[in-house]
Amino acid sequence: MTVYRFSVNTVPVQVNVPGMRRLLDVLREELALTGTKEGCGEGECGACTVLIDGRPVDSCLVPVCQVDGASVSTVEGLATAGLTADAPPVLDGLQAAFLQAGGAQCGICTPGMLMAARAYLDEGGGPDEDAIREAIAGNLCRCTGYTKIIEAIALAARAGG
Amino acid sequence: LVGAAKYADDLVFPGAWYGATIRSTDAHATFTALQLDPGFDWSTVVVVTSADIPGDNVVSSIKADQPILVPIGGEIQHHAEPLALLAAPDKATLRAARQAAHVVTSTLPAVFDPLVSDHVFAVYELASGDLGAAFAAADFVLEGEYRVGHQEQLYIENNAMIAVPSDDGGVTVHGSLQCPYYVHTALKRGLAMDDRQARVVQAETGGGFGGKEEYPSIIALHAALLAQKAGRPVRMIYDRHEDLAATTKRHPAIVRHRTAVTRDGRLLAQDIEVVMDGGAYCTLTPVVLSRGAIHAGGPYRCPNVRIRARATQTNTPPNGAFRGFGAPQVQFATETHLNRIAEALGLSPLEIRRRNVYRPGDTTPTGQVLRDSVAGEEVLERAAEASEFERLRARHDAARDRRAGSGTVPASALRTTRERVASGVGLALAWHGAGFTGSGEVKLASVVSLELTAEGEIRILTASTEMGQGTKTIFPQLVAEALDVPIEAVEIAPQDTAYVPDSGPTVASRTAMVVGGLLIGAAKRLRSQVETATGGTFAATYRDHAKVHGTTRVDQHFEPYPGVGFDDATYRGDAYPAFGWAACVAQVDVDLDTGEVHVRDVVAADDIGRVIHPVLAEGQVEGGTLQAVGYATIEEIKLRDGRYLNDRLATYIIPTSLDAPRITTIFVEAPFDAVPHGAKGVGELPMDVGAPAVVAAIADATGVWISDLPASPERILAALAGVAAVAPLPPGASEPAR
Repeated sequence: MTVYRFSVNTVPVQVNVPGMRRLLDVLREELALTGTKEGCGEGECGACTVLIDGRPVDSCLVPVCQVDGASVSTVEGLATAGLTADAPPVLDGLQAAFLQAGGAQCGICTPGMLMAARAYLDEGGGPDEDAIREAIAGNLCRCTGYTKIIEAIALAARAGG
Repeated sequence: LVGAAKYADDLVFPGAWYGATIRSTDAHATFTALQLDPGFDWSTVVVVTSADIPGDNVVSSIKADQPILVPIGGEIQHHAEPLALLAAPDKATLRAARQAAHVVTSTLPAVFDPLVSDHVFAVYELASGDLGAAFAAADFVLEGEYRVGHQEQLYIENNAMIAVPSDDGGVTVHGSLQCPYYVHTALKRGLAMDDRQARVVQAETGGGFGGKEEYPSIIALHAALLAQKAGRPVRMIYDRHEDLAATTKRHPAIVRHRTAVTRDGRLLAQDIEVVMDGGAYCTLTPVVLSRGAIHAGGPYRCPNVRIRARATQTNTPPNGAFRGFGAPQVQFATETHLNRIAEALGLSPLEIRRRNVYRPGDTTPTGQVLRDSVAGEEVLERAAEASEFERLRARHDAARDRRAGSGTVPASALRTTRERVASGVGLALAWHGAGFTGSGEVKLASVVSLELTAEGEIRILTASTEMGQGTKTIFPQLVAEALDVPIEAVEIAPQDTAYVPDSGPTVASRTAMVVGGLLIGAAKRLRSQVETATGGTFAATYRDHAKVHGTTRVDQHFEPYPGVGFDDATYRGDAYPAFGWAACVAQVDVDLDTGEVHVRDVVAADDIGRVIHPVLAEGQVEGGTLQAVGYATIEEIKLRDGRYLNDRLATYIIPTSLDAPRITTIFVEAPFDAVPHGAKGVGELPMDVGAPAVVAAIADATGVWISDLPASPERILAALAGVAAVAPLPPGASEPAR
């Protein structure tokens, strides 16, 4: 067991776990952040995508020792809390676009898809369809045929990310 | 969307143990013994064998043939069959325990070919007219054989179930599932529990597509057996490998057509044989086969028809429900065969369909007269027009002529020095019966409830599950419209068998049409009850009514649609209350060097009756279309000795965003009048047309017909070269053991 310090959604965290423990498990089991999903455990489906220092990675392939000192972003960090305690969270532009376009069906790929899209938009990605397809090619969705996901990301891009 | 939705694996139960399944590594064998390594500390582990099953050792389904666990001395019927169960407080102990448990078997000869298997799960025969006379009088007869293999549903959330023992000796399972009452029935039988002791709660479900229709029953039983023995919650969460290796797939099928036509392309006779591979146990195979048999002729008028369908047992993991449920297999064959007939007669694929598609008043092979809501012709014309089908076809004809014989293989369409990529366009048309087949809906006797609670809340109670298709959006929408209240005023009770009635399984594209129809009926009754009592409109008075009268609950029971009847004994009558109709035009690019297919563009025209929610309905068509494109081009299970070889997501490939075509959806609305909202169901339709449209487009591009799915690069190159010997094994076939 080793102590690792990093930030998750800008909050500093400290965990005492074996260094080869998957970042995915640390997020879900140690930090109770279950928004990040496991779909295959071998880096094929992208459901577990999170951002490490702004770059999208499959958290099932990342041992926690590699994120020591890094800044990790997960789906839970996209929306911000409402103004009052019982107000609904304020959605990030991407989440709002997914809602508007129907980009989420069963929702299990959505957290990873949002994070991949977030990284794309943060890098300055625009509404170009082919570029969006490329950006989310590592994230599998079985419900939507991708059409409305691509629409949603383009919508968010046009609205300024 | 914000990461807060709780799927089964996200649920926390303090003190829960982890469960695992010990599975067979034989396709067919006697289970001689389970040896527990004496060197391992078994004191912190729970082991369950068939001896621990309090009720029947049967996974409740159509037949009582599938055991919950194979008993010692019993027969293992397929690879990955559950033999025993383990639970441990942590994953490391569980892993170690698995390695310390050894299965001893003695192998038996296995059967992998559904054509030679003599164990028959179901047989159907449909006949009308005089086949012999029709073939004798025909201008042209074409025969063909078509094969399709397994397809995995590949919901992104793997199967998952958590069982929690309750104080009354019962068990509550929380899981990823489509049909709470299927699981409930299975728990009662296997665990000898009553209605209240067995409780099933659906967690958020990350996709189903049929894959979580019947299979969750066995997982729930396993988790519950472990939880009962351990006296604590047990989590049974499959990883992708286990899910792929063990759970149900789409049935492989072999479909043979012999068709008689006139010179101008009118169908005179169809003689069709369908053989489906059921896998090792019956599961839902008879119902899948039944739908396959009824849809086998396609949406075409034909006076003389014989359809013989059978499903047999093989020593491979059981096949089960998957979007389309038998119809995609047979309609791939029908459509491809019809396209070949059109080619032979020099007719356009569009024209031959115009001449044969069902019109109102036509009679189907079960003797059903199609009275209304018949829109085959309209979806065909709309799809062809929007895609400029004929113009594209003429262009590809010219390109193909230019290429023919210019490559390295004489007379073949292999590449010239100039053109590496050939483009093609293909058309397919299909029908899909909405709701359960035959008398299924009458037997289900579904119930929904609508409550006006004492607190003035309007609550929907159904067992219909949300798995992304939009149940939780359209139900409140339908009820709110019927009550004339805002949609936010209507809530939906959790899918928990302790609260909601059995409104039937969430399958067969029946949710919007059947259950939605019942809900509107319930809403109308609730509305009139309240309005009679208060003298005001429902919207203005329901809160006051609740204060005075307390809770008002309306139960709405399914009643047969007027004039719709089916006789199971003769297999004649109205097979479905209504049919949905779909046409699909696909454009592909085929790489003539590698045989790779890229499906570029799809235009889908679907008649789903009245459209309730356009965005959700489009989402169904787009998603179904991409699953069909995967089925057509890349999705294939390879088997050796009855074992799935590509049982990981790295090797079972599904389409990514780069493989997905641009999809344009056109809705045609031919309402079904026996339900108040006129909806017919949308989920499965797009699955029927995608694959034959893609294969037709490949033929348009290259001049060769692919009769086995998927149209993989290997099959396309073999067909282009005209060399059958280099082609891979037929779909669904198993290599022998090495």
